[in-house]
Order: sequence, then C-alpha cells, then structure tokens
Amino acid sequence: MVNNCDKKRLVVVGNGMAPGRALERLIERAPDSYDITIFNAEPRVNYDRIMLSPVLSGEKSFEEIVIHGDGWYVQNGITLYKGAKVTGIDRIAKTVTAEFVASGSGQAPLQPPISVEYDKLIVATGSSPIIIPVPGHDLPGVLAYRDLDDVNAMLLAAKSKGNAVVIGGGLLGLEAAAGLMEQGMSVTVLHLMPTLMERQLDPAAGHLLQRSLEARGIDVITRANTKAIVGDNKVEAVELDSGQVLPADLVVMAVGIRPNSGLAEAAGLAVNRGIVVDNSMRTDDPEIFALGECAEADGEVFGLVAPLYEMANVVAAQLTGEESKSFKSSATATKLKVTGINLYSAGDFAEGEGREEIVLRDGARGNYRRLVLKDNKIIGIVMYGDTADGAWFFDLLKRDVDVSDMRETLIFGQNYAGGIPLDPGAAVAALPDEAEVCGCNGVCKGDITGAIAGLGLKSLDDVRAHTKASASCGTCTGLVEQILKAQLGDAYNPAVVTPMCGCTDLGHDEVRRLIVAKEIKSLPDVMQQLEWKTSCGCAKCRPALNYYLLATWPGEYEDDNQSRFINERVHANIQKDGTYSVVPRMWGGVTSASELRAIADVVEKFDIPTVKCTGGQRIDMLGVKKEDLLAVWADLNAAGMVSGAAYAKGLRTVKTCVGKDWCRFGTQDSTGLGIKLEKFLWGSWTPAKLKLAVSGCPRNCAEATCKDIGVICVDSGYEIHFGGAAGLDIKGTEVLGNVASEEEAIEVIGALTQLYREQGRYLERIYKWAKRVGTEKIREQILDDRERRVELYERFVYSQKFAQIDPWAERVAGKDAHEFQPMSVATMEAAE
Amino acid sequence: MNAEIRTWTPVGTIDDIPRRGARCVKNGDMTIAVFRTVDDQVFALEDKCPHQNGPLSQGIVHDNCVTCPLHNWVISLETGCAQGADEGQTNNFPVRVQDGQVYLDLTFNKSTS
Repeated sequence: MVNNCDKKRLVVVGNGMAPGRALERLIERAPDSYDITIFNAEPRVNYDRIMLSPVLSGEKSFEEIVIHGDGWYVQNGITLYKGAKVTGIDRIAKTVTAEFVASGSGQAPLQPPISVEYDKLIVATGSSPIIIPVPGHDLPGVLAYRDLDDVNAMLLAAKSKGNAVVIGGGLLGLEAAAGLMEQGMSVTVLHLMPTLMERQLDPAAGHLLQRSLEARGIDVITRANTKAIVGDNKVEAVELDSGQVLPADLVVMAVGIRPNSGLAEAAGLAVNRGIVVDNSMRTDDPEIFALGECAEADGEVFGLVAPLYEMANVVAAQLTGEESKSFKSSATATKLKVTGINLYSAGDFAEGEGREEIVLRDGARGNYRRLVLKDNKIIGIVMYGDTADGAWFFDLLKRDVDVSDMRETLIFGQNYAGGIPLDPGAAVAALPDEAEVCGCNGVCKGDITGAIAGLGLKSLDDVRAHTKASASCGTCTGLVEQILKAQLGDAYNPAVVTPMCGCTDLGHDEVRRLIVAKEIKSLPDVMQQLEWKTSCGCAKCRPALNYYLLATWPGEYEDDNQSRFINERVHANIQKDGTYSVVPRMWGGVTSASELRAIADVVEKFDIPTVKCTGGQRIDMLGVKKEDLLAVWADLNAAGMVSGAAYAKGLRTVKTCVGKDWCRFGTQDSTGLGIKLEKFLWGSWTPAKLKLAVSGCPRNCAEATCKDIGVICVDSGYEIHFGGAAGLDIKGTEVLGNVASEEEAIEVIGALTQLYREQGRYLERIYKWAKRVGTEKIREQILDDRERRVELYERFVYSQKFAQIDPWAERVAGKDAHEFQPMSVATMEAAE
Repeated sequence: MNAEIRTWTPVGTIDDIPRRGARCVKNGDMTIAVFRTVDDQVFALEDKCPHQNGPLSQGIVHDNCVTCPLHNWVISLETGCAQGADEGQTNNFPVRVQDGQVYLDLTFNKSTS
C-alpha cells in the first residue's frame, strides 16, 4: 500500500464534467500522486450534463448518462462527499469548509460541517442559470434547466400534460421545449430576439429552425418580452409586454448562465465575470486552480464542453508537473440535440467588410448551408438540414486552409471537392488525420484510426472505451461508425440487435426464443446449437443462459453452479475484503426473541464485526469469513432460520407495516399478507432482484410504491402496484389494478412474477421490462385475461416445487463442500 | 533464478477442483488460486486481482480467463495479465499435473523473475 502521509492533498470543489475529466486525466498520468477529496453540492455522482435533454425527452435514463459511478471513486481511492456545499476557503490555513445539505426542507443536515486541508485546490463551482427578475419569477412552477433536479421537476410537472412556457430560444431552451413536448405538454417558446439561436445561427437558418419546431407542434413567439409571471400560489400564466397572456402550468427559464464565483470572491481571489485564471488555469493564488464554467480565461467565459475539457487537460498536466501545457480557446462547433433536427454552426458568420459568402438552399428538403469566407479561408459555417459535411468544413476552418482551388464546388461538400462525386464512406476516408471527429472529447480521426489498427478494435463500444470518441453527447456516433466501416470494410458489422455479449451476435430475446423453440436444455447445447464464438462463454452470458434455462425448464435443467456469480454460488454476499455478509430470512420482517437470541449468539461465537438492519427489514451480519459460513448457517438453521437470499437475482424481501392488528389506520392484515406472499415466492429465481412490500393503508408506511411489486391495502381490498424503483433511478410504481381478496392478490402477483420471469432479460429490473414491453400489455395479460393469468400462475407454482429448498441447509448437509474449504495448505518442506 | 530446476509441491488432485472453477491453496500468508478450465487445463495464480486484490478464486472461469467477482476485470489464467482495456498482472505459478495429482512450484513466480 502507498503511504498516504507522503501524498499531497488535492481538494476539488464541484463534481461536474470538467473536474471529472481533470481527475480522470490526472489519474491516467500519475495514479497515486494525490490524496483526492471532492465536494459535490448535488447529492450524486458525476454525470453528463450535455445529455440531460435526452433524459428529459425520455430517450435515455439517468443511469445511461452517469460518467463516474460510485465504483470509480472507490477504485481510485477518491473521497467523494455528496450533498456537501463548500462554504469557505481559508487560504492561510489552506483548508476548505463544507456543510452538508439537509435531505429535505425543515430537516437538520445528516452530518456536522467538516474542514479539509489542501495542498492544491481546484475550484470548479460551475455556473447558475440566470433568472429574469420579473414579477412572479419565484412562484412554484418556475424552473431553470440546469441539473438533474430541474429535469426531474420538469418530468413531474409534465405528468399533468398541461401548458409549458419556455423563456429563451437558445440551445438549452429549445432542447427543453422539445423534451417537454415529447412528454406530452403543449409548449410555447418565448424569445426576445427576432430569430431563434441568434448566437449560433444566421436569420435564414433561424427561420428554418422555427418552421420545423412549429411543424412539430411547438409554438414560437419571437420579439417576446416577458412582463410578468402570474399566479396565486403557483404559476398560472405568463404575461408579455404586448399584453398577450399565455396560460402556463410550468415555466422554464433558459436565458443564459452566470459563473458561480462567489466562493472564490469571498476567499479574496481575483474575479471578473468569472474567476480569473492565467493560461495555466491558476488563479492569482498559485496553489488554487479554477476550471469549467466558473473560470474566465483570456477575458472569456465558456459554456460548451470542448473548451472545458481542454481546461481539464491543462489542469491535469499542471498538477503532474508539465508546466508548459497551457490553455488557449479555439473555435467550437455547435449542434442542437433534438431528434430529427440537424443544425451545425461554427466560427464567425456575421456579414462584414472583406467577407464573402456562399449559400446553398434546397427549399423542398429544408436544407440550407452558408459559408462565410475571408481571404479565401472559411471563417464561419451555418448548416441546417443535411449537416453531414460539417466536420469537413470545420476542419478546413480550423486549419486555415486556402479554399481558392475548390471554391466552385466547395459548398456541395467534400464529395465534390475533387470534382468526382464519392460515396459517403469515401468522404470519411478522405478526412485528414487531424480532423476533429469528437468535439466533446477532442478526438481526431487519426486517434481513432490509430486505435483501431493498433489495438485491433472492432466495434463502436471498443472505440468508445479506448478513445472516448462519441462517448459524451454521441452526436458524432455516425462519423465514428463510418470510420470503423472505412477501415475494417466488411469486417465491421454493426448489429441491429445488441448482442448478449462478445460470444454471440444474438440478442437476449432471440436466445430465449431459440431455447424454447429448439428445446435446448443445457449450456453446452446452447453454445453448440446457437454457434457460440467462444469455447465456454464468458462471465456475462453464462449467468444469463443459466437463468434462462432454469426458468424455461424447471425440474429438468440442472443448475450450473460454475455459471453463477460468487454470491449465488455460496449463498452470501461477497464484500470488498473478500469476507461475506449473511442475512437470514425474516418472513414479512417479523422476528422473535428466540431468533434474535440465536443471531446474537452467532455474532458473538464467530466474532462478526458488524450487525446492521437492511432496507428490507432484515438483519445483516457483515464480515463473516468464508470458512465460517457453514457453521454460521448451521446455527441459524438450528434456530429455524433459512437463507434470506439477500444475494439472489430472485425474490429478496417482502417488507410490511403492522397493519390492522395494531395500527389504528390499518385496513387489512398487511403483515399477514406479506408473510403469505414471501412464503409463496421465496426461492424463485427472476431476471434481476425482486423486492416487494405490503402497506396496510394508503399512508404506505412500507413504501410499497417504489418496489418491484407493491400492495396497498384499502377498505375494499388490495391495490396491486408494480414497476417502482428507488436506486439509481427513482420511479413510482404503476397501478396494475384492484382485487378484492388475499387469494386473488396472491394469484395476480404469482402470474406477474412468472410473466416477468419469462420475458425479462437477465439483469433487467421489472420497471425496465415494463417500460420495454408496455404496462398496458402486461395489464391485459394479468388482470383482464383470466385464462392467461391462471396459466402463468400455474407455471409459477410448478416451478416453485423445485425452487423452495433452503440452500444453507443443503450446504450444511455437505453439498458443494469444495466451495468452503481450501484444497490444501502447502508445506514447503514436502518439496523434493 | 534458474528456471530449469523446479521444486514441485503436491497440493491435491485434479478432481478436487470443479471444471470451470477454482480452489485455494494456503501458502503461509499467501493464498494461491488453482483453476481448472473446461478442457482440464490447470493454472495457478495468486488469489489477488491486480486491480483491488479481489479473490480471483471466487470468479467465473471462462476459456482460459477468470472474471474477478469484485469489479469484473478479466484476468488471463496463463499469464495473470488483465485483459481488454485494463492493465495489471497477478503473480502466477508453474503447474504440473501427473496421474491426476496437481503440483505447484511455489518457489517460482513467472511474473517477477
């Protein structure tokens, strides 16, 4: 282990994309050089802010835009304080102080403030949205568009399907408008200037953009000056200077950003519009760097990702002693991330003395392109519609190429540059190595072709992993694929279906279908008949196939232990130090004095370091040595307890409230139903973990509405819910329907579980499955079609006959003994 | 170290190890994972992933590789090297299988010599 005392302490204020990239580069260059601490005022990990628009429109989930998951911080030994707002920097003592943000209003913070010492400090406080101080700007229902909380608030507001008004017709405002429209709202965009996105587009392209937004059903009002936001307790309308009043249930302000420089200013650092830095990204205190949207370099502040990532590279270089690396701002291209609308702009496209322009219009197709030239060089590009040549023009711009020779055909793009029309693939092939392909990550074509050749890359994912090209906003994905195609020819085969893993070209659904259709009943047979490309699969496909076979052929297929993840193989959860945690089942969360006594005895007897309650109303014993597992289980078995399956892709827990036996509000016996459900479902394997809860009344103390399956008891019976999530994603359940009796509730839940078992892809939680196949489709089969429900229920009951065997008791009795003992203890003396 | 002279220590039989699985051999403070592949080849690595010391013996064995149970790094059983985009190497030990008996050379360590 590295001695931490020798390491310099690096503290980072802010956990956005720019500091995230800086740390990534720093760790690449010098993995163990700093002891790193990050403060994040948001209660989460680093995610890709550029991709909030696809999250808003529903095209991506939050999980898909996470850049650094919790694991990354752990792997790199970085201390991350989430929900911690830095309140002061003491430059003399070299410390920063942070306060923890309370998790809800009126609640006290979870932890007292802390101070951390630094040797080097990075201030990356980002920026805040500008809120125009019109009357009513502070009404509930007026939002900015800046972080995931804003997106979640918008998604919530959009559920009403009411009217939304977006103030600001720039990049962010239009992406917000398109997203809200996708969510079913009626959207109006208000823009102060005569044309949309006037900073990135000329008036002609601005009009084309307005036309296509209007064709999609978004109203656009230009020259619109907001006079007031009207409403009593919440937003009701927006009033314009013209006297026009627009009804609004939601107002989004997207009129610009302002660097957050308050913290730096309070610490006495030089601040202008942003925190002033030199070209080494240092503030006027040489131990303190500023980076990202809060920093001002060369009198400019930046909001697009490419220059921010360049800043990050400079900071990483400076921190590792490469002091020659310096920041200079360069031209950046802009794209709008609204599906179906393509526009591209870069450089300076204002008219002016000594400037010429070349314009191409194709009205019928809605194509427009305009190049602005000065001294025979491209200085500005605006494209709308067909933007395929954008990268080529941008490359000519950045390299200051004299275009006199190709001027005649220049506007038609690269295909005609040499006078001979070429196919699109050839156009990519003709791009020079220095041409930038991925603006977000600063990756040139040569980096990509070099990595493909040098590392033998074959797929888009490979290229993303090794070069980061198209790994941020993804708009250059098409280009990267064309480069792959140009270089690999027919060997590049972009699959329409995402394959299960590298061992096959088949997707999960296809494999399941074939297992049933061809009656395949063993792992080697799957691999043979479906022409697996590896001899015995990999760690991705084997657990999936094992589950599919087990779920398809209950009683016939013999479980393959070696294809299970270690937790399911040894029926305990592996911990970071290689010890295990043990969780006995507590039916419905109910326990007794004798069970608690037995647990206490086990904890003392085996010297188990930590005992903790889980979120699912169970007791978790952590830090059990593998050699002790069998003896621990034997003692727990003796007291009547069985495995709680806290490790299983299967039924985990049924959480309950006390119900009508005790609670004055209880409508039904929720505890009793929870226990019945758990006794019915335990032992079953499912595509991913399955957690249930039963609440005795709509006050919902068992939190059933964020579970995979939930029941809310009401006077008239039972409301069945499903498809909730409360992990990386937070999602309330969908209501499947109401039933009158416990028996019916159990039948419906059994059938639902079986349908999920038969259709869910391995590791796909129930809410993702429901989203993929459609809630309505599921309801039809489980609630409306009684015959289908009974079929599913009976299949589930049959498969349970083979599943309800306590794995702990089996192993105590001697099964898989090799898992729990070393093969031998070597004695060197025995050697000859 | 002279690679020609080997000191073989018997550690058990090949049938003690499940196919596509592993068993541990304790050698003082060190734990060695002895793997058996689908086609009965036997390999021995120190039971420590080069990434964060995860117990490789607990991973899933596929082809001539094992996937670490902690963070899914894939390690070659032949060389102990991390596969794919990851970098790192685990100590590995020579193995001899004779008449079903498995022997390790615990004095020798290919990665560092």
